[in-house]
Amino acid sequence: MIYHETQQRCFTWLISSGLLIAAMAAPSHGQETTSFSTVSASQQSKMVKIYGAGGIKGLEAYQSAFLISEKGHILTAWSYVLDTDYITAVLNDGRKFQATLVGADPRLEIAVLKIDTDRLDFFARNTAVDLESGDRVLAFSNLYGVATGDEPASVLHGIVAAKAPLDARRGAFKTTYRGPVFILDAMTNNPGAAGGALTNREGKLAGILGKELRNSLSNTWLNYAIPMAELNDAIDDILAGKTRPRSVDETANRPDQPHTLHKLGILLVPDLLTKTPPYIDRIRNDSPAASKGLKADDLILFINDRMAESCKTLKNELSLIDQIDTVQLIIQRGQELLELELKLEEKN
Amino acid sequence: MKRLMCWCIFSLAVSALAETNNPSVVAAQEIPPAVIKAQQARIAAIARASKSAISVFAPGGKGGGSGVVITPDGYALTNFHVAKPAGSAMKCSMPDDRLYDAVIVGIDPVGDVAMIKLLGRDDFPAATMVDSDQVKVGDWCFAIGNPFLLATDFQPTVTYGIVSGVHRYQYPAGTLLEYADCIQTDASINPGNSGGPLFNANGDLIGINGRGSFEKRGRVNVGVGYAISINQIKHFMGYLRSGRILDHATLGATVATDEGGRVIVTNILESSDAYRRGLRYGDEIVSFGNRRISTVNGFKNVLGIFPRGWRVPLTYQRDAKTYETFVRLSGVHSPEQLLAKIQRPAQGAPPKPGGERPGNKKPGGGKPEGKPQPPRRPGPPAQAAPKMPAAVAKYFKARRGYANYYFNTLNRNRVWDRFAAEANCQQLDGKWTLSGKIANRGDVEIILDEQEIRADFPQGQVRVDLTKDFDTQLAPAGSGGLLVSLHLWKKLLTTGPAQFGDVYYLGTAPVLNQEGVYDVLVGTRNVVETRFMFDPQSGKMIGLEMYPDLSLDPCEISFSDYREINGRSLPHQLKVRYGNNEFAVVELTNYAIPAQKKQETKKP
Repeated sequence: MIYHETQQRCFTWLISSGLLIAAMAAPSHGQETTSFSTVSASQQSKMVKIYGAGGIKGLEAYQSAFLISEKGHILTAWSYVLDTDYITAVLNDGRKFQATLVGADPRLEIAVLKIDTDRLDFFARNTAVDLESGDRVLAFSNLYGVATGDEPASVLHGIVAAKAPLDARRGAFKTTYRGPVFILDAMTNNPGAAGGALTNREGKLAGILGKELRNSLSNTWLNYAIPMAELNDAIDDILAGKTRPRSVDETANRPDQPHTLHKLGILLVPDLLTKTPPYIDRIRNDSPAASKGLKADDLILFINDRMAESCKTLKNELSLIDQIDTVQLIIQRGQELLELELKLEEKN
Repeated sequence: MKRLMCWCIFSLAVSALAETNNPSVVAAQEIPPAVIKAQQARIAAIARASKSAISVFAPGGKGGGSGVVITPDGYALTNFHVAKPAGSAMKCSMPDDRLYDAVIVGIDPVGDVAMIKLLGRDDFPAATMVDSDQVKVGDWCFAIGNPFLLATDFQPTVTYGIVSGVHRYQYPAGTLLEYADCIQTDASINPGNSGGPLFNANGDLIGINGRGSFEKRGRVNVGVGYAISINQIKHFMGYLRSGRILDHATLGATVATDEGGRVIVTNILESSDAYRRGLRYGDEIVSFGNRRISTVNGFKNVLGIFPRGWRVPLTYQRDAKTYETFVRLSGVHSPEQLLAKIQRPAQGAPPKPGGERPGNKKPGGGKPEGKPQPPRRPGPPAQAAPKMPAAVAKYFKARRGYANYYFNTLNRNRVWDRFAAEANCQQLDGKWTLSGKIANRGDVEIILDEQEIRADFPQGQVRVDLTKDFDTQLAPAGSGGLLVSLHLWKKLLTTGPAQFGDVYYLGTAPVLNQEGVYDVLVGTRNVVETRFMFDPQSGKMIGLEMYPDLSLDPCEISFSDYREINGRSLPHQLKVRYGNNEFAVVELTNYAIPAQKKQETKKP
């Protein structure tokens, strides 16, 4: 019957067109993938082992890092390990260098170091990739300080479990970073892993391994990395010198009426060393500092996003800020990082 | 109807379009064949490898761990720290749901390895050992074992991961449990995995799991586990089979990295073999064990994989000159030290002798003499050691300094019986006269008799006084004791290990200028120690080393050109070395040996 035939022909056409569309929708497979061992071997030359301050009370004196420029700029985690004049960077070939701190961003908890050499392998930031849940990752780091000299960094594997905003505690305290992170099931939350490189399965840089953080809700330790996309602007600022304190000799643009520690109500510890860390000795009652909750023994780390490396530096930076402007301070109280804004009160 | 069909086509098209716009939605049947194939291969490798994995149970439920069978007759590997609490007899389960008795064979406390033997079968599924130096960072690997003692149904746990590092060094606890040259993996290794196998993706054995890095989370895996490389265990294999308590090696020197990143000798014992081979303070270590050395860890890695007593190649540099040599590795511990470190502390103090002294028993009570005695305290009830099952007791013999003397006798007899069958010199104790020559120097005649040992060498006549100690009779001069060595050699051939003195099986070790490893018997007689080396293929004795003193160079003799004479296989070429020099090559042309074995020795 004609009706039956037409039905059959339409049905056949339906099936075949459906199959055709489905076939077009299928992603292309069958590409050769490089083995993890090949990828690991090719990225090791970019890894750096950092040794610095610490080595007491469970705070190890080492962490991980990686090269981001041919000329020896190194990206790492900003931590107490860098709290010394003698930071040692050991390259994958075993060469040791004294590293200088170029700058740091305390909110992102990253720092950039520089060593005096060139023609180095590095992770190019402009080819960094973004990751999605389920993507395979490799984490390169010197966790537990297992590798020394020219021994390669350790490599862990895993996947991105989620990409989500961070809300975690460090020790019992919060971290300042609230942006998106890659939550991993690779065990990166280990001593010395912070500052390591997170790559996709092809070895392309995706993020920097975070510090040892505990989740405030579940009380579990978190394996996470900060995506490169969140860091690039800050790294650019650091490289441009924007976090470096301005030179003591700079005389241009000094305001006539700058801030002073006295006006803010801050008395620092006696400046007896070449570079005395700017610890607060006393806060004057009823001062702007007191009203914002600054306390004795607080350590001033950054002033208007510039590193306060010493009492002298801090005073100089302050003298370049007009007293009508706000002073932004990032301070360290114990293990905690706090941000405060100080303003001189208007006199009636 | 037409409208319905059009609608069907339309909705199909829409849904297909929706699929192409959402790449994260993939239909189940679209998994690429390569992925399926890889999964099948992984499942097959795990299934094959699991067969040889064992769970080790200490008697009385005192703990346990894992292990792996490596030969069909049941020899298996585990950690020392798993075997120690288990004692000499333990039970092991296999995934075939059976429980087997096992006996301790040999232990390596420094390297944390133990060899045991499962009993009851000669067709155990065995793991295939491969070259662990081929393992690379990033390779897939898996661990099989009994973490958290979950294998109550005898089915082991499998954890998968990648190799995170190779040739890693982990410091010992004191001097034991040093993990040199180990494999680091992020496959989960937890308490209970110890002693178990680490396999490569193919299911071949690359290591024995035993340690991990732990910190704030306590003793649970945090992604960093360590396995002893199987290549290290291969070096120790003969030693483990010998049933002894093994020691690791020291060079007799310490090293450190200098400012320029070179590895330099910072201290050296003048009594060490390294010193006798020319190594001095300040020299740069260039290569050791055929590995380029660039860090102290790298040096320790090489040292950690060789047993005490092995001869290992060393290259060092001084003032731009390079020196290549072989160094005999001495031990880290004395036998007493090693025993002390691994022995368990005594179970409670014995009751103090106290109560009344004889002099106190004066009638009428006198003043007791001496200090007041402490009240006698009974000791804690002695814990009855679990009785060794009869099936295991057959394979166990206790002896001080040995994990299991049974296996030492077994191997000593294996090596000796094979050699003696061809040498066939048992009880030929009479006068032996060896005649030959030393090229370009002259003739040699050596007489080895019951009361008289003498020889005519080109440089003169020499003799050995059998009534005196051998360690000072090193004639002929420059040979290090050739005549004494030949006397001892004849003694072993004619009287056998039982009569020679204390002869034990050392294990297997390399020999200079030869490929592979050789069985070694060590015998002490008349204050000197002699090592006898046997080819494992042919059974022939290929050499000996006679040590007048363990801190001095030995007299080394290589035996070759074995020929059969009257049904006895005897060497016709002797290469003699002493220190850094070749003393002589003796070509023997004639052996005059008594025609028949002595009956009873008639003592005058």
